Amino acid sequence: MTTTGRGVVLGGALAITVVLLAGCQPEDSPSALDPRGPRAERIADLWWLMFWLGTAVFVVVMGFLAYATFRAWRRGVADGEPTDRHANPFLAGAMAVTVLVILVVLGFSLWTSRLLVEPDEPPALTVDVIGNQWWWEVRYPEVDAITANEIHIPVGEPVRVRLLSDDVIHSFWIPELSGKLDLLPGITNEFWIEADEPGTYLGECAEFCGIQHAHMAFLVVAEPRERFDLWLTGQVEPASFVADPLVERGQDIFLTAGCAACHTVRGTAADGEIGPDLTHLASRETIAAGMLENNLGNLMGWIADPQAIKPGNHMPNLPLAPEELEAVVAYLLSLE
Amino acid sequence: MATVAVSDQLTQTWAARSGIVGWLSVVNHKQVGRRYMVTAFIFFLLAGRDALRMRTQLAQPEMNFLSPSEYNELFTMHGTVMMFIFIVPILEGLAGYLTPLMIGSRDLIFPRLNSFGYWCFLFGGIFLYSSLVTDNVPDNGWFAYVPLSGPEFSPGKNMDYWLLGVTFVEISTIVAAIDLIASIVKSRAPGMSLNRIPLFVWSVLVMAFMILIGFLPLVAGSVLLELDRTFGAQFYDPEAGGNVLLWQHYFWIFGHPEVYVMLLPALGIISMIIPTFTRRPIFGYPVIVLALVAIGFLSFGLWVHHMYTTGLPPLALNFFATASMLITLANGVNIFAWIATIWGGRLIVKIPFLWILGFFFVFVIGGITGVMVGSVAFDAQVHDTQFIVAHLHYVIIGGVVFPLFAAFHYWFPKVTGRMLGESLGHVSFWLVFLGTNLTFFPQHLAGLQGMPRRVYTYSPDLGVGLWNLLSTIGAYVFALGVVVFIINVIWSQFRGERAGDNPWGGGSLEWATTSPPPQYNFRVIPTIRNREPLWAQPETGAGDREEEQTLMAVEHGQPAMTDLAATRRETYGTTLADAVPEQVIVLPSPSLWPLVLAVGVAVLLASLLTGVYPAMGIGALTGLVAVAGWHWPSKERIA
Repeated sequence: MTTTGRGVVLGGALAITVVLLAGCQPEDSPSALDPRGPRAERIADLWWLMFWLGTAVFVVVMGFLAYATFRAWRRGVADGEPTDRHANPFLAGAMAVTVLVILVVLGFSLWTSRLLVEPDEPPALTVDVIGNQWWWEVRYPEVDAITANEIHIPVGEPVRVRLLSDDVIHSFWIPELSGKLDLLPGITNEFWIEADEPGTYLGECAEFCGIQHAHMAFLVVAEPRERFDLWLTGQVEPASFVADPLVERGQDIFLTAGCAACHTVRGTAADGEIGPDLTHLASRETIAAGMLENNLGNLMGWIADPQAIKPGNHMPNLPLAPEELEAVVAYLLSLE
Repeated sequence: MATVAVSDQLTQTWAARSGIVGWLSVVNHKQVGRRYMVTAFIFFLLAGRDALRMRTQLAQPEMNFLSPSEYNELFTMHGTVMMFIFIVPILEGLAGYLTPLMIGSRDLIFPRLNSFGYWCFLFGGIFLYSSLVTDNVPDNGWFAYVPLSGPEFSPGKNMDYWLLGVTFVEISTIVAAIDLIASIVKSRAPGMSLNRIPLFVWSVLVMAFMILIGFLPLVAGSVLLELDRTFGAQFYDPEAGGNVLLWQHYFWIFGHPEVYVMLLPALGIISMIIPTFTRRPIFGYPVIVLALVAIGFLSFGLWVHHMYTTGLPPLALNFFATASMLITLANGVNIFAWIATIWGGRLIVKIPFLWILGFFFVFVIGGITGVMVGSVAFDAQVHDTQFIVAHLHYVIIGGVVFPLFAAFHYWFPKVTGRMLGESLGHVSFWLVFLGTNLTFFPQHLAGLQGMPRRVYTYSPDLGVGLWNLLSTIGAYVFALGVVVFIINVIWSQFRGERAGDNPWGGGSLEWATTSPPPQYNFRVIPTIRNREPLWAQPETGAGDREEEQTLMAVEHGQPAMTDLAATRRETYGTTLADAVPEQVIVLPSPSLWPLVLAVGVAVLLASLLTGVYPAMGIGALTGLVAVAGWHWPSKERIA
């Protein structure tokens, strides 16, 4: 009875798992099992090998256990004699198989590690990512471009990523493209990423880094080389000036009400270094480190009360009148 | 007539003092062990409640049941309490209770140290929870990574509560380990040579050595951190040339062996229960002992597998990956030896055995995912995600909590004299078993789908809402199972069926005495000639002892020992390998001094926490007086 029950549970669980893993993921889920770059693909291959081997091991071990339990139970009922008749060959055989499985997994795992060390061709582009509580600064050192919470990369090319931290330890993770690597204060880590196809991929902080660790995401935008170059050129430029009374008023407020103490807008007097560089804020898809879509309503809400949206983050609530808020947001949205 | 007189005399000699002073001065391993277990179980319920609150918050994306800071406090306390003041102490309590009974002695060798360990554990737990009262709850995780836990990013007292509370518990853990090692090595019943030690005792011995070695790096690391925090030292400050990875090395060279500190006694429990219910000796005793020792050694070479993503060189990482996979083999030996034991046995399925079957199911899954995360490349994807949460709970709940529940059901009759109820036992087992799998299985999927761990909420776009909902439901099912277990314990305590000395027909020595055992454990300490003395020498406890011992002493060229006196607290001191009696160890009487010493340490740590440094003098002085009083020769001991 126990044996059958166990078998049913086991078979059911396995079937459900496979279906869940393979089929039921939402389209946009940033799954490590739905890889979009060579790093994540190699790791996913390793996972599937280990998954099937692991499942086989589990089924076999549970099978032996069920069989042994059933035999012992029958002998117990009949009051037979205990025996070690098959014990030695069983133990030896089981250990031999275990050693074999472990060697296969270890071998494949070492091989995968080896493949991940360097990309097939050396990266032509370097991106510096600096972790902050709770946002990401992104720099392109070769051209002196600075942005935040959004990394653009050319599709189909390996990109070198250098990771550092300004405060505590964070961890850089893009499930669809690569595994993760930590950002440590005082130590620079380096690896590479690559996307096979154009698209936007979610990145997250994986190391607990304080009260808003849950809201420290970023986007990786992989685009064709020409579009990437265009974007990068745009990011190098100082802020463009839009001649509009509301925008001008917004800029004045931005510079005087306290925003500029933390934020930089290149080409203006705003040169704060605590928060993200906002020079091209309007070109980004999200605000508040991947938390909100970048649009008028969200920007208003965010600036009006950042502590309500992301409690404990380092951006203070500023006492702005409604029309001042409107002007500041108009200014920010002009920063293409 | 003579026998009755001896028993009366022993009862009188070993009696605890009466009244409240008596209650506070208890040193007998059984009372202290029971206190350890009950206290640790209460902490288990508190930390379990933390888990339920977290699961409620995570049931659906973007819930507001908890604030982010509350959530961070909860996961910190949950991890810290479960690791430091539930699992390790409850195992030490169980080991302290059972070891003298299993090795045939009248108490642990240092009963007062044992009692001191208990008070330190209790005060450490109270210390940690007092942070709730002052609203300074630790919130940096049970791993307390610097620099987040350092003075700059955690300026409050939160992490000081954590550091000092944990220090307190470390003291308790270390003294308990010392006591267990000394007792197992030096006070086994005559004839219980190394190859006849019950496997639970073997596992406790290895565990205790691991604690002695493994807890010291944590002590060192946390002292450095406290120096950084309180006195402005800069061990972990990168701007002053410190290194943030130094803490991680300290923490994990303790933290990984810690996992096996918890696991080993659980393996020992299983090795005791399986033979009883299959009514045959364990298969492969020497291999199992070797595997336990091998696990003990190897577990010190794995710590970097918690640091695969810190950017250490791949070659170095892969050495640790290889070691991580090697330890699987040692665990495999245990699993297969148990299956072989069952295979050839005559099984009676009772509740403890049911928990063992549950252990196999859950622990093997945890072991398989353990091999997976042992791979450097794969771990890069799942490290610090819900996948790890799933893996570690499969290992710890499957590998430690299930065997613990098996142990509760198995030894409850010995401790209380009554059986735990069968029907409620079935109900609680199935609830906990289903709850465990329902809670933790979906977390594997959430992790692979991109959900990090230690997040107080998650975006609906991740598509992991369903997994989290299932997981939350599972947590409540688990909790219900624990509630049923508690009801069962309370009911059985008063109404349970009377157990008798040996209700399961076990073969080890604890079943030779009455249930519950008398204060002095055994009227006559038996001479051991077999691994399962109760099966091979059913007359254990009868009077051929003297003759046996004389024979054994002559064989080993030792003078024969006389009987233990009934008028003093005495037990045999025996040789390490063959357990030939070589001395009579006189054990101390009940005493308040261990409590006073623990209070002194508490004052010391509290003054460090509050910055009222003069109070440290009072604490130190109290401690000194207590140590002097503790060792003051008494008439009773000289008599």
